[in-house]
Amino acid sequence: MKYTLPIGPIHPALKEPILFEFELNGERIANVDVKLGHVHRGIEWAGMRRNPVQILYLAERICGICSVSHPFAFSMAVENAAGIEVPERAEYIRVIMAELERIHSHILWAGVAAHEIGFDTVLYLTWRVREKVMDVIEYLTGNRVNKAIYMIGGVRRDITKEQIPKVREAMDYYKGLFNKLAKVFLHDKTIKMRTEHVGILTREDALKTCAVGPTTRASGVPKDVRQDYAYSAYADLNIKAVTPDIYRKEVVGDVYDRIIVRLFEVKQSIQIIEECIENMPGGEIVSEPKIPKLLATLKKAVGEGIGRHEAPRGEVFHYVKLDGKEAPYTWKARAPTYNNVLAWIPMLKGEQIADIPIVAASTDPCISCTNRVSVIKGSNKYTLTKEELHKLSVEKTKRRMRNGIL
Amino acid sequence: MTMAFEVFKQLFKKPFTNKFPVKYIPKSVTAAVEKIGKGELKINPPIEIPPNFRGKISYDREKCIGCGICTKVCPAHAIELIPTGKDEKGKEKYKAIFYISRCTFCSQCVDACPKECISMSNEFLLADTDRFSDALVVK
Repeated sequence: MKYTLPIGPIHPALKEPILFEFELNGERIANVDVKLGHVHRGIEWAGMRRNPVQILYLAERICGICSVSHPFAFSMAVENAAGIEVPERAEYIRVIMAELERIHSHILWAGVAAHEIGFDTVLYLTWRVREKVMDVIEYLTGNRVNKAIYMIGGVRRDITKEQIPKVREAMDYYKGLFNKLAKVFLHDKTIKMRTEHVGILTREDALKTCAVGPTTRASGVPKDVRQDYAYSAYADLNIKAVTPDIYRKEVVGDVYDRIIVRLFEVKQSIQIIEECIENMPGGEIVSEPKIPKLLATLKKAVGEGIGRHEAPRGEVFHYVKLDGKEAPYTWKARAPTYNNVLAWIPMLKGEQIADIPIVAASTDPCISCTNRVSVIKGSNKYTLTKEELHKLSVEKTKRRMRNGIL
Repeated sequence: MTMAFEVFKQLFKKPFTNKFPVKYIPKSVTAAVEKIGKGELKINPPIEIPPNFRGKISYDREKCIGCGICTKVCPAHAIELIPTGKDEKGKEKYKAIFYISRCTFCSQCVDACPKECISMSNEFLLADTDRFSDALVVK
């Protein structure tokens, strides 16, 4: 018997109000429809009433985790529009901050993914080891989450010689930790049986749905802004997009592949940070240190600019148009999850209800959440709470462990 | 199975979490606060804050010339300029008021101030029930 299962606009695994309509055939998902637009916050509208320096902090608050990616892309867009040159040292510091963010975001995701399949021990382990990079971020910028380090035309805080040993120490810690995490995530039976051949996104579908970031790279598409349109200090570093074939013989495009990509990207980020610290040139960190002067330049500037950056979840894109007034004429931000929404459809088709949390979480959706799911079965309506849905997922893990299906 | 060893090791380690402000939830919070006030109960200290931490704003009113650059760069509109009377030449003088309940702790005003009269302190325990209480309005 076929029935529909609407999930959202309020839902556990998706951390943002979004509406899924599942057409189910028993336990199997026959079709999925995604509806967006429940959390329009009007951030861009608010931005069009502020000057670019104020927008930097507004952009930082578009996302709680990409609080480096958005100001990075925004400052690049404004620099592009106003023709501001960024000093070389600032480019390196920007890249270091962006890569630190990638490390913390990927480790955070690993914990969330483990939680979705009911493996909470790994959640606590990953979130504990994540604290180290948060401490480094706090040490370098003065705050854990909202770093406020980007400025139009450079960065606001320098990385001094005295600070470098602590960064290096943290990187060594993660290098030592990598094998342990790889063992837990890539060899553990529980994780393997819940992620292998689950939520498959083929290469063709990844290209067709325009997926970005680790989601598309896990399907074997080497798409990475840092590699394809090298910007900032990434142009000096030889960056290759991480695809799952560095660990697995063939690319499947399942959740397991997404784990591989994120894990190896953490390794890549560590290398990038070490290389940046090694080769960081001296000099200024911001092109115009006097804020009133900078504001006057931006007020006079006329033109359009774009900024794109490879955020932990994929490409983030900002567009700014300046028209000689204090506030920009228009500002448009496009977050990576927007592109990955369509990729959910081929991923979820053919899966079970209990797989929805892990598959939906596997694209690392950057969204806000609440906790109710309504199941409408014919004319009978009943509600599944977040805990019950989570329980379903945990039960599946237990069932499969008991039956010895791997 | 891979995690079993890790979990076993954890049994003998100290907890990673810092129990702040007290180790266990007291039976009565108000009684605990009173006890702390009398010095009978000790607060478990918070973890160390990093150098150059961005905490509550402190403001040197004497140094301020009332130029208003800080109000222009504040992303949260948390700063207000208040006229404080005229000087000898009959020109209006201004001083700033900072509403900490609106502050986003970006320290952009600190960077922008030409007289360096704004700075960020290390204070971060700012919870209050009244957003205009004395602790949350810096004059």
